[in-house]
Amino acid sequence: METAVFIVCALIVLGGALGVVMSRNPVHAALSLVATLFGIAVLFLNLGAQLLAVVQVIVYTGAIVVLILFVLMLLGVDEDEDLDTEPIVGQRILAVLVGLFFAGAVLAVIVVGKDAAVTGARSATEAISPSVANIVQIGRQLFTTYVFPLELTAGLLTIAVVGAVVLSRRPKDLQPIPEPESMTELGDDPLTTIIEEAAH
Amino acid sequence: MSPNLPLAYLALSAILFAIGGVGLLVRRNPLVMIMCVELMLNAVNLTFVTFGKMLDDISGQVIVFFVMVVAAAEVVIGLALIVAMARRRPDANADDLRLLRG
Repeated sequence: METAVFIVCALIVLGGALGVVMSRNPVHAALSLVATLFGIAVLFLNLGAQLLAVVQVIVYTGAIVVLILFVLMLLGVDEDEDLDTEPIVGQRILAVLVGLFFAGAVLAVIVVGKDAAVTGARSATEAISPSVANIVQIGRQLFTTYVFPLELTAGLLTIAVVGAVVLSRRPKDLQPIPEPESMTELGDDPLTTIIEEAAH
Repeated sequence: MSPNLPLAYLALSAILFAIGGVGLLVRRNPLVMIMCVELMLNAVNLTFVTFGKMLDDISGQVIVFFVMVVAAAEVVIGLALIVAMARRRPDANADDLRLLRG
């Protein structure tokens, strides 16, 4: 059962990821991203991380993707992008090679190392307990072992909010580009003669 | 032979990370580039949760929380930059933005 869920979700996740990278329309890319994030939420459930699965749906698909779509619609950049021309010659080949190299290297480590690929002390902070609720354990660790990083994230979020306000504020001196001045007023001869004057 | 599921999770997130990275390198629309960064962050999150399960430690899931906070902050700042940029140059893509000023 777990394997079946994994296979289905893995296909959804990979299909959505390819959709994000390859779709011409940014709106389609955002919707593919939703599919990927939902697949990952189900995979979290499969791994026993119930709280993270819920937070994934609420924060990622509920807030982040909606924010991205909102900006997309606000800016009106939802037209198709030209993906056929390659602005820098050989860029795509090189990018795909880099990606294949990275994936191949990590997969090689996993295939060769098997379980030994994951090193480290077991249950260093707190073992996952089947009897205690997931959220209880995470909350306890957040407010004991990880309390200092938790305080830092509060600062990070404040800085991000202030930064967003500062960045998206409309500057006072922003002028639209003015119309070019009329050539005749600058003393040049008009390029077209007015028909009524020519008739006289 | 029963499949080793945690290793399959690690393989899946490696592939997902690579797809996101390739997208980040190839695409020129800044919004799509942000989505590719989200893909990479999610691949890392999946790796963290899998490591937490393999090592029987709740910390893997706690760290994912911090990654999500960083991702949210990154999206907020990135979108603000995109809005500020599009106000000045509506059709600009990532290649046009070589200077850090309008």
